[in-house]
Amino acid sequence: MAETEKMIFPAQLHQTADGGIVVSKLDEMINWARSNSLWPLVFGTSCCAIEMMSAADAKYDWSRFGFEVARATPRQADLIIVAGTIVMKMAPVLKRLYDQMPDPKYVIAMGACTISGGPFFYNTYSVVKGVDHVIPVDVYIPGCPPRPEALLHAMITLQEKIKHETYFGKSTKEEGK
Amino acid sequence: MTNEEIKQSVSAIFPAVTYDESGEFLNILIDAANLKPLMLALRSNKEYSFDFLFCLTCIDWKTHLMMVYHLLSKTHRHNIVVKAKLADVNNPQIETVCDIWQTANFHEREVYDLFGVKFLNHPDLRRLLLDENWEGYPLRKNYVDENMITI
Repeated sequence: MAETEKMIFPAQLHQTADGGIVVSKLDEMINWARSNSLWPLVFGTSCCAIEMMSAADAKYDWSRFGFEVARATPRQADLIIVAGTIVMKMAPVLKRLYDQMPDPKYVIAMGACTISGGPFFYNTYSVVKGVDHVIPVDVYIPGCPPRPEALLHAMITLQEKIKHETYFGKSTKEEGK
Repeated sequence: MTNEEIKQSVSAIFPAVTYDESGEFLNILIDAANLKPLMLALRSNKEYSFDFLFCLTCIDWKTHLMMVYHLLSKTHRHNIVVKAKLADVNNPQIETVCDIWQTANFHEREVYDLFGVKFLNHPDLRRLLLDENWEGYPLRKNYVDENMITI
């Protein structure tokens, strides 16, 4: 399936006398719905969070891609963007937030700190060296901090990833591009 | 007051103190046991009136620890530094000043957290930045962390 086709509604409408019937595949329907209404959790621990806020504002406007409903509670969020350094004291808090999010849930590791500890990799006693020690990560964005465009790219990449999921289990299908 | 006037007047009450003027501020060096009365005098005495403790920290010199207090008077516009040497590195103790300046409460908790200095009569001496189960004091020169990657 070509990339442009996946962005549109994944179904055919068959006209009948009293209206119509929608024919689709369950997986494609669910993935279409999920990937276009990802609600991010309001979570930022340092300078990457400033870029994340910038991505939400009018200039970059992530609501164009279905991310506009940022939630202040993990119970209503689908996506956590780990924007900033995670220190040892924050790690249990992050884990708890992730655990409180309902499935299906996704994680974007934004910036060098969340990938590996970044500038705090050496000679630091307090920083977690990669957020994937604490929670599973779907998409990594390098940068210190990444620009809003990079974050948007990561979010669109995540949407692509979701579109390859199967309903039973989170396993990814072969990318048939 | 000028530095000279402060020196004269402090020496009149506390003859044991020594001074160091090599840096930006006038440094008053006092032994840990006499710190509290000196601090009380600096705060309450009208001619000093040091009403603002703008920095409280500690230095690890390996052989000893040094408590450092930066004081400022908003009425007289003068400032000084008070230093107190803690000779016992294994069990450093000093009287709290958080009943004189409220801001010292958290500053002393931070110094306790990172240097392990015990502040006597502190109302709530718990770790501040690190979690409660942390072992050791990271800003001490002899702190060892196996997980730390050094270059």
